[in-house]
Amino acid sequence: MTLFDGILLAFLIICAISVSVTRNLLASIIIYMSFSLIMSVLWLTLEAPDLAITEAAVGAGVTSLLFFATLKKIHAIKAEDAKSGEDESDEE
Amino acid sequence: MPDFLQNLLTNYYETAAVILFGIGFTTLLMHRNLIKKIVGLNFMDSAVYLFLASKGYIAGRLAPIITDGDSDPSKYVNPIPTGLVLTGIVVSVSVTAFLLALTCRLYDRFHTLDIDEITHLARKERD
Amino acid sequence: MRNDGAFARLVRFVEDGTFQEESFTLSPAEKAALDTDTPENRWLTSVQHSEKPVGARLMSWFADKGFDLFNNLYRIASVFICVTLIGVLLTVVSFLPAFGSADNPAVNEVVERYVSRSIEETGTTNAVAGMISAYRGFDTLGEAHVLFVAACSVIILLRVDPSERKHGRLLNPDLLGEDLDFEPNTDLILRKAAKLLVPLSFIFGLYVILNGTSSPGGGFSGGALMGAGLILSSTAFGFKRTERFFGDEMYHVVKTACLTVYALLMAYFIFMGANGFEDHVWLGVPGGIVSGGLILPINAAVGFEVACTMYCFYALFRKGGL
Repeated sequence: MTLFDGILLAFLIICAISVSVTRNLLASIIIYMSFSLIMSVLWLTLEAPDLAITEAAVGAGVTSLLFFATLKKIHAIKAEDAKSGEDESDEE
Repeated sequence: MPDFLQNLLTNYYETAAVILFGIGFTTLLMHRNLIKKIVGLNFMDSAVYLFLASKGYIAGRLAPIITDGDSDPSKYVNPIPTGLVLTGIVVSVSVTAFLLALTCRLYDRFHTLDIDEITHLARKERD
Repeated sequence: MRNDGAFARLVRFVEDGTFQEESFTLSPAEKAALDTDTPENRWLTSVQHSEKPVGARLMSWFADKGFDLFNNLYRIASVFICVTLIGVLLTVVSFLPAFGSADNPAVNEVVERYVSRSIEETGTTNAVAGMISAYRGFDTLGEAHVLFVAACSVIILLRVDPSERKHGRLLNPDLLGEDLDFEPNTDLILRKAAKLLVPLSFIFGLYVILNGTSSPGGGFSGGALMGAGLILSSTAFGFKRTERFFGDEMYHVVKTACLTVYALLMAYFIFMGANGFEDHVWLGVPGGIVSGGLILPINAAVGFEVACTMYCFYALFRKGGL
């Protein structure tokens, strides 16, 4: 068991737990994105470079983008903005 | 018992995959938010892929890309799990897209992401 | 003489099936009316004085508390199920053969055959590409169709009729209309970065597709990269400019053409040599760009198909149409 693999796997599990615990939807999707990136490094350590490329493009890229687009569609991101920046008014 | 822990430590990739599967399953069951449920399902997907790929790995061997015409099978890792997982990743993204589209439609209809409220509203609408 | 107020309440009681206590406290005038002995009044007074039956009380208690009870039970049961599942799976893992050992039962003669004869039978140096597009080409054909069906169902769920949008009258104006045409056109950093990254990601995607037979990659990874490039360009430069080179027409043409080409190549495999390995296509130079015989066109077809699907998903989520 190399130290590097152990750290990556521990990070994977921590990411999964923190997605489950986080209340903010946007934050949980960003954590999911980092999870996918760690996953693509893990595919490299498992000698599967094909999977690493695909996971980096599909998991971290397209799936997260679809999640963001959904959050935009259901106004979750707008609500977060309004909540966090309620003291500053930046209308355009 | 020490044997059990020793074996788990030897199979540390599989152990991590199983724990990840459990966390994903818990997220899927316990959260009422639909987006969280979909993320949990994605974690379960990733856990299964990690398990499969770790079963194909053989220590000290190279990725199955034949270099210098040396096609001795004892030099490369198992290519079959890689192929299976490659198909699986792409299918999982299409399943995720489909689930998210369903979520969007549910939100349009009921203006909430809470599965309990959606069930409640749908039942009220039906009655 | 007919007591309209009490009668209306009675009707409501019969219709709703709910027993509302406060609606049966009668005003003195109504009480006086009840003293007259009609059959209707006699029934009403009996309802007023009787206790709620046990079944009804149970039902009302269940309506109040049943959902919470179910929720608590559900939480306890789900925690129990998850812990049990993890325990069972960990026990199974502890009995599996050691990680990374060569005498794993998954490493059998199939693997040997795939690796050792990949070059002479499929002409690829990347054993994974040879496996998924030649030895198991039908799997991949099915998967291309899974992508197609997924894109179709997302289109069914999220598409907004263009003619409706043109005339400004959506069926659900409050739901979909507001951010359909929103584009962050003003973001300078995004545009400058996209000018660099979009051509790069297209070229890299093409490179991964073309070299799929001799290096890591292939149709799926390259297609996903090109799809990401399309998504980036549409985010940075707006949907209008992306539609100039990739619109509705283009999507349908490319997607159908790719699926047809792939299916025809697979049909060729069937008719020319059962497994497709005794085919009469020149296999090319192993390790070069033109290698792998039919795998290169299959990779290209899969790649463009995946790119189209990824962009299709994004466009449907963002603006409800291609």
